[in-house]
Amino acid sequence: MVKVFIYPSNSLILSDLVDRFGHEPLAMMQEIGKKIRTAGLDSPPINITPEDPKLGLKYAAVEVPSGVRGRMSLLGPLLEEAEAGIIVREPDIAFGCMGCARTNELINFLVRAKKVPLLELDYPNTEDEAKIFVHKIREFLDGLSGAQSGKGDE
Amino acid sequence: MNDDNDIISKMIVLHSTFTLPSDLVIKIYESKADITVKETCFGLIIEGKRSEVNRVAREIRNLDPNRIFIKERGVPPGSSNRCRASQGGGAKPGFHQHEVEFALLPYFTEALDEIERGEMPEIKDVTPPHLTIEKFKDIIEKEVKESE
Repeated sequence: MVKVFIYPSNSLILSDLVDRFGHEPLAMMQEIGKKIRTAGLDSPPINITPEDPKLGLKYAAVEVPSGVRGRMSLLGPLLEEAEAGIIVREPDIAFGCMGCARTNELINFLVRAKKVPLLELDYPNTEDEAKIFVHKIREFLDGLSGAQSGKGDE
Repeated sequence: MNDDNDIISKMIVLHSTFTLPSDLVIKIYESKADITVKETCFGLIIEGKRSEVNRVAREIRNLDPNRIFIKERGVPPGSSNRCRASQGGGAKPGFHQHEVEFALLPYFTEALDEIERGEMPEIKDVTPPHLTIEKFKDIIEKEVKESE
């Protein structure tokens, strides 16, 4: 089982496909869940605390807006764990909790800089594109399983 | 880090014409798993220990594998910090993402059916035509000549 970083990080489809094909998706939801369920003064609704932008300093400089650093404190640990990545290029839906363009750029950069196996795709708009989308992801994930079993044989 | 006793939530999104959320709920009751279930408009939200939730999610997926989509959810079911009833209306965080992806789910079902049948479409990379500087200059020169 390979830990696969997905972007957009709250995508249902990517998370489901990675899980379905036998790997572990690394998604924002699990980090949010940890924050929400850890008892403390900052229990919900405050997901990001003043402490988080400080943790984000590991990934972005102090001049970088605290919003970016706060988000990086959630996404950074996932990136560190990532053994592979699936990135959807410029998704229209990169807003809401994914809504910081600079964080998204930084995430994309860091995934590429990590030099892990990476699959880049566009969001499908038609049936044919969706089929190709799924088949490509499946091929990629099967390839990861193959590479991993190959490593085990050595 | 991912302890089996951690409490997690999972969303089960159903896009089927013949399986209903109530069928899934009955299946969960049958499994006697120690989890909380909330029936929603899109399917279910389940919460409990990681090991239990993962086991139930696997069992549920087997009911209708290509029409049931599952992902982890950060917030517990019915959390007053997220529920629209206590937040004065409006879309919940993450709603827009689901709204966009929900429309695509039938296509993904079709693709997963193909995989199940062992069919493999020819994958062609369709890239938009790349406009080079030379080509762009040619176009400008051509346009200028025509206008003269």
